[in-house]
Amino acid sequence: MAHDTLYASRPRRARRARRAAGPGPLRPLLRWDGAVGLALLLVALGAALLVDGFATAGNVRFLLLDAVAVALVALPMTLVVVTGEIDLSVASALGLCSAVMGRLWVAGLPLELIVVLAVALGAVLGAVNGLFVTAFALPSLAVTIGTLAAYRGLAFVVLGDDAVADFPFEWTDAVAGTLPGGAVPWAMLLTALLAVAFGVLLHGTPFGRGLYAMGNNAEAAAFAGIRVARAKFWLFVASGATSGLAGVFWTLRYASARADNGQGLELSVVAAVLLGGVSIFGGRGTLPGVFFGVLLLATLRNALQLADVPADTLDIVTGSLLIASVVVPNAIARARARPATGRAAPAGEPTAPPRQERPEREDTEDAPA
Amino acid sequence: MPLRSVRIPRIPRTPHSPRGPRRAAAPGRAARLGVAALAACALLATAACSGTTREDGESDRDAGAGASSTATADPNAPLAEDLAVAFLPKQVNNPYFTVADEGGHAAVEEFGGEYKEVGPSEASASSQVSYLNTLAQQHTDVIVTSANDPNAVCGALNSARSAGARVVTFDSDASPECRDLFVNQATAEDIARTQIELIAEEIGGSGQIAILSATPNATNQNAWIELMQQELEKPEYAGIELVTVAYGNDEDEKSFQETQGLLSSYPDLAGIISPTTVGLAAAARYLSGSEYGGRVALTGLGTPDQMREFVHDGTVAQFALWDPADLGYLAAYAGAALASGQITGAEGETFTAGELGEYTIGADGEIVLGPPTIFTADNIDDYAF
Amino acid sequence: MTAADAHSSPASPDARAAQNASPSPAPPASGAPPAGGRAPGPSGGRRGAARLGAARETGVLLALLLLVAGTTLANSRFLSAQSVKDILLGAAVMVVLAAGQTLVVVTRNIDLSVGSVLGLAAFATGKLFVAQPGAPLPLALLVGLALGAACGLLNGALIAAARVPALVITLGTLYVFRGLDHSWASGEQINAADMPHGFLDFGTATVLGVPVLALIAAAVLLAVGVFLGSYRTGRELYAIGSEPTAARLSGIRVGRRVFLAFVISGALAGLAGVLHAARFGTVDATVGTGMELQVVAAVVVGGVAIFGGSGTAYGAALGALLLTTIGSALTVLRVDPFWQQAVDGGLILAAICLDRVLALRGTRRARAKEAPHGA
Repeated sequence: MAHDTLYASRPRRARRARRAAGPGPLRPLLRWDGAVGLALLLVALGAALLVDGFATAGNVRFLLLDAVAVALVALPMTLVVVTGEIDLSVASALGLCSAVMGRLWVAGLPLELIVVLAVALGAVLGAVNGLFVTAFALPSLAVTIGTLAAYRGLAFVVLGDDAVADFPFEWTDAVAGTLPGGAVPWAMLLTALLAVAFGVLLHGTPFGRGLYAMGNNAEAAAFAGIRVARAKFWLFVASGATSGLAGVFWTLRYASARADNGQGLELSVVAAVLLGGVSIFGGRGTLPGVFFGVLLLATLRNALQLADVPADTLDIVTGSLLIASVVVPNAIARARARPATGRAAPAGEPTAPPRQERPEREDTEDAPA
Repeated sequence: MPLRSVRIPRIPRTPHSPRGPRRAAAPGRAARLGVAALAACALLATAACSGTTREDGESDRDAGAGASSTATADPNAPLAEDLAVAFLPKQVNNPYFTVADEGGHAAVEEFGGEYKEVGPSEASASSQVSYLNTLAQQHTDVIVTSANDPNAVCGALNSARSAGARVVTFDSDASPECRDLFVNQATAEDIARTQIELIAEEIGGSGQIAILSATPNATNQNAWIELMQQELEKPEYAGIELVTVAYGNDEDEKSFQETQGLLSSYPDLAGIISPTTVGLAAAARYLSGSEYGGRVALTGLGTPDQMREFVHDGTVAQFALWDPADLGYLAAYAGAALASGQITGAEGETFTAGELGEYTIGADGEIVLGPPTIFTADNIDDYAF
Repeated sequence: MTAADAHSSPASPDARAAQNASPSPAPPASGAPPAGGRAPGPSGGRRGAARLGAARETGVLLALLLLVAGTTLANSRFLSAQSVKDILLGAAVMVVLAAGQTLVVVTRNIDLSVGSVLGLAAFATGKLFVAQPGAPLPLALLVGLALGAACGLLNGALIAAARVPALVITLGTLYVFRGLDHSWASGEQINAADMPHGFLDFGTATVLGVPVLALIAAAVLLAVGVFLGSYRTGRELYAIGSEPTAARLSGIRVGRRVFLAFVISGALAGLAGVLHAARFGTVDATVGTGMELQVVAAVVVGGVAIFGGSGTAYGAALGALLLTTIGSALTVLRVDPFWQQAVDGGLILAAICLDRVLALRGTRRARAKEAPHGA
């Protein structure tokens, strides 16, 4: 991210991160992702007790179906943000893939082929982002704000007026279909499997550890032999391809290919990723945390909606959660750090490095230095 | 009655038919569309050889969901009490729908039901789906909605119907097979004809005109524009030339720019029709503050409150609209009549909509509110919405 | 002039990308390769940056002139007095927003909440006139400024006090302010007839053919431009954006300055809301939705580096003018309106690529100069 060095003092942070390396798995609830999981459980439990109609198979199915697109896109986004980059163009890529899907369907191509093409197109869109960010060394925030506008614009160029809606029932029904029991859509199951794959990639492979390393200090990571540009490029490709997949899902789920599909979804995705405990500066965060974050947001929205809370309040809740998810841990960490370091943050200088003093959210223990 | 699970609506479908040889040509078309570079791999070739194409499904398309039309109507049945009626507009906090929903609220109070208004803060089909699902979970008796996309909400509407809800659409219809009734503000023909009549009167029967529409996606506007074009082919309008359709996206800024663009691109433009309230108000505001005010005629669909200023200052002489409150009122009564068994939605059935009087259901379950009202400087101050 | 010249180490593509992602702070004592070519202090660096900036703005101006010339060739009415007035009016709101955003972006932050703040202020203005039909115009302007400043205050306080990135905070407040606007308005629309004639005339009035709104925007622009260019506090904003750590070490109160930038940005967004209400005469809760992206686009196209530390308010204003003019030109040329957004996006990409090229060239030059004694 472009904004990080306003706060960061990387060498000190890395030292602290190593010191903080503790028995992580043994205190999961003290970690952010554990806390988010716990919050999810509490919210779901509370909603089940208090909100009429929440704990039904049908409602759970709708809740999960609504969460699929955000969950899909949030997976690669987690990895992208861990490396310190961001991809704001995901929703526009989704819309463009949906529009192209509609156009190709009208042109008479078989749907099986269209699905593959849509995902491939998403990968190409991601590769364009990746190219700008790595080969031209441009800030991903600016690049993806540009492609956010460009891809959405192209979606309108491709499909313009039309909403293509005559997709076959077999497909549209199947996409919304559930596993036996009627509560868990198989689309969510697939998303969960994909989440496991991304989780293993991030937490269980040298590649994943490399991502944390470059998020903490890209230069050091590069000197340590990690191919920073290449990794980032492929992450953007993955982000694009997943957006394409989400576009396919969206189109079939709503049986409607439109240029404005998924507009504004990038905000929900970023909100979920940050709520899930990924640092916007890069270098920290876990995939389970993000998955819980997505579900937490979806559950809250669903429960509040069932309780007839108006839409504007939902927006305020989402926004406040996003802010709280970055402000609260900082505040707690500083409150804790104060007695330990014996010295409060300098009063006149409120933007001191934010993370020097909050080791409990570190997941960087295995970062090569 | 608590429902354990929601059934997906049963939709008759034809068996998956075997593929014909025609499909071999498909990748060629892909090439023309500029994506062929990706189509080369064997995986795709396999997919292409056994795929589902648009033509396969066409026999499925006109299959109705038919969740309800077996019952018989009892015109004398009393309106059921304690009906839960939910209004789901395209977007909450949209002034037009706020007025319409308040009309519905008044009707629901009259027949002693339970009213609520829910909806997304942005006009998107997907968030409407989420709200529809919620309403189904809450066992709402009557859902009155205006569809952001006629097809995208279809599945959700049908599952709500199979959960027991009656669905009435107003303002913007959903596909006929996924709702019970559609309350139309006025027939599209009436709306198109009225606006052409108004503009013809304003410009003295001949000259260039342009249309400033909402978004290019807007179903209503597109239907009206098409009918306006047909109307213009009539001999009495031979002197009128429709030069272009511009899209202001229902945004002030864009509508300003488009109006301005129309006036610079077509120096001889005599009049503009804007069949959308946002576009009409923006165009009026633009004209009133520019050198074109009074020289270029403007008419279309707008609310009296929005247009009052511009009618009084002479920018706009007359425009049309229906009363959205009446629209909501009628839709609420139609829904209640359905839920009470007075009507089933079949053509020719009649019901009484409170103080608006008796209405008859037309073809495709459509009820028409009535011809649009024309507002001029003389009558505009009698209306407040 | 962006991050590239903060790092003098000859970089492989990989390392360059890495620097891009996280420009290393390289505090003087850390033993990192010394940063060459620029520092907040030395005036040589600033002059170089100014030169580059000027080149960048000239480029935008040139593009603007070419666009106007080309469109006028295709349609002579594009340059009519009315049309020029329209473009100036259209750009006025955007210029005010862009000036505010410049202050924030040069400090290496971003304010995404401006669209929502604008909407809130526009609605407040309408409400003010409904409650007090005789309210004087300056009061409306003050209310807008104050409300915007309050929103900016919240942004600034959260960012400075909680030490979290502006992107996240303002993304959150984007939702929050818009939600407040929605629940306040709850479907109400304030129409031209509800506003006094004096206020509506203010939206269309001209002085010597120039719209009053454009004059206000110009005044705001000039004030922000002079503040950034000639005042110590303004220069410190650049220093913060160039190298926060160095700025802090050299005694600049980073937190306070960033806080100030957000308050001003919010206040200007509030002012823009009042101007918006005056111009369109119709206000509801959706006013300004999505405007933040256009503003960021304008600022970036106008040569304010998203990395902070460089660019001027004048450049940002030129960017706003260019984007508005493109919008008008596309309509006048009757280009399929669907292309507009795609063109905007393409321009952002082109602008940041251009910035990169200019920055690299600047670095190379600086490096060449320093070669005898440098790293």
